[in-house]
Amino acid sequence: MADVNRGNRPLSPFMLGQYYRPQLNSVTSILTRISGNALIVGAILIAWWLLAASSGVGYFDVVDYMITSWVGDIVMFFSLLGLWFHSLAGCRHLLWDNGFALDMETSDKLGWGIIGLSIVLTILTALIV
Amino acid sequence: MVQLTLPKNSRVQIGKTWPKPQGATNVRKFKIYRWSPDDSDNPRVDSYFLDMDKCGPMVLDALIKIKNEIDPTLTFRRSCREGICGSCAMMIDGINTLACIYGLDEIKGDVTIYPLPHLPVIKDLIPDLTHFYAQHASIMPWLETKTNKPAKEWRQSIEDRKKLDGLYECVMCASCSTSCPSYWWNGDRYLGPAALLHAYRWIIDSRDEATGERLDELEDPFKLYRCHTIMNCAKTCPKGLNPAAAISHIKQMMVERRV
Repeated sequence: MADVNRGNRPLSPFMLGQYYRPQLNSVTSILTRISGNALIVGAILIAWWLLAASSGVGYFDVVDYMITSWVGDIVMFFSLLGLWFHSLAGCRHLLWDNGFALDMETSDKLGWGIIGLSIVLTILTALIV
Repeated sequence: MVQLTLPKNSRVQIGKTWPKPQGATNVRKFKIYRWSPDDSDNPRVDSYFLDMDKCGPMVLDALIKIKNEIDPTLTFRRSCREGICGSCAMMIDGINTLACIYGLDEIKGDVTIYPLPHLPVIKDLIPDLTHFYAQHASIMPWLETKTNKPAKEWRQSIEDRKKLDGLYECVMCASCSTSCPSYWWNGDRYLGPAALLHAYRWIIDSRDEATGERLDELEDPFKLYRCHTIMNCAKTCPKGLNPAAAISHIKQMMVERRV
């Protein structure tokens, strides 16, 4: 509650994990934030790759080597997971904002759903592509 | 703003370990947040031990037993002991709830008790709720009418009355608002789940004639729209209400009235 009327009084402990219990709803919520921000890295890498492709063979070979190396593979795999998770979580937000699935039980089921489905879809995408 | 640590004067230290009861076989440990304005010490967590064979079933029973038999300086709010006054809201075992209706059998292992999160502490388990109550008052929690007063009461159909179910039961214990990370970080301007649930309770009341003004008041990037549907509020409400749903319905009404 910020520092309204606080004076010398201590602020009561709150932090998620250390004091307040992390629950499915809050964990999926923060993961949506984290995946959204982490995807900036993946997006920059892809843009760099495309720019390199348009700038010439020599430069593209260097960038392509990095992005298709095992480190690049890991980054891309987790970007894919982040992309699926973030998209599915976004769909759940669309449902909520239209007044659906707002009861705790359904939204928790959807929470497990987006976690499971994002893992399945990531593996499928990685296998196909 | 996002805040992930406690200010220096609020960091919690290890406190006193009180003696165990003599000859008890069924002993349970209680770790309870303590802070007194009468000295300059930081908050601490004291450990108490209770003979569970001689203790009532609820968390509040344990707190009262500690206050009566071990440490009379332990300070907390309580009144009705049946979940209707909302006084004994605190963070128990990592979630906000009412001590009087939360069973000790619902907790595994040691029982940890802290005041409601991210509020200024007055003493021990008593937080300062001044700002929380002011926010509630700001949403005009009363019937606003413009037409002339009817000879008797303001009538309402059974169907319209039903719309208030799941809203009017709120006891203003502040469990929901203080469980909300958005309220922790923007609570000075974001109204929080409790005040918004009350706002919705009056917005959809068929007898109220200030719906437009009420929505105008909430059309603000902070007051309403700091809700990101984290749903800690609905998860923790000791009365089983769903402030997140109420907030979502307000957001929908905001969109609908623009179309």
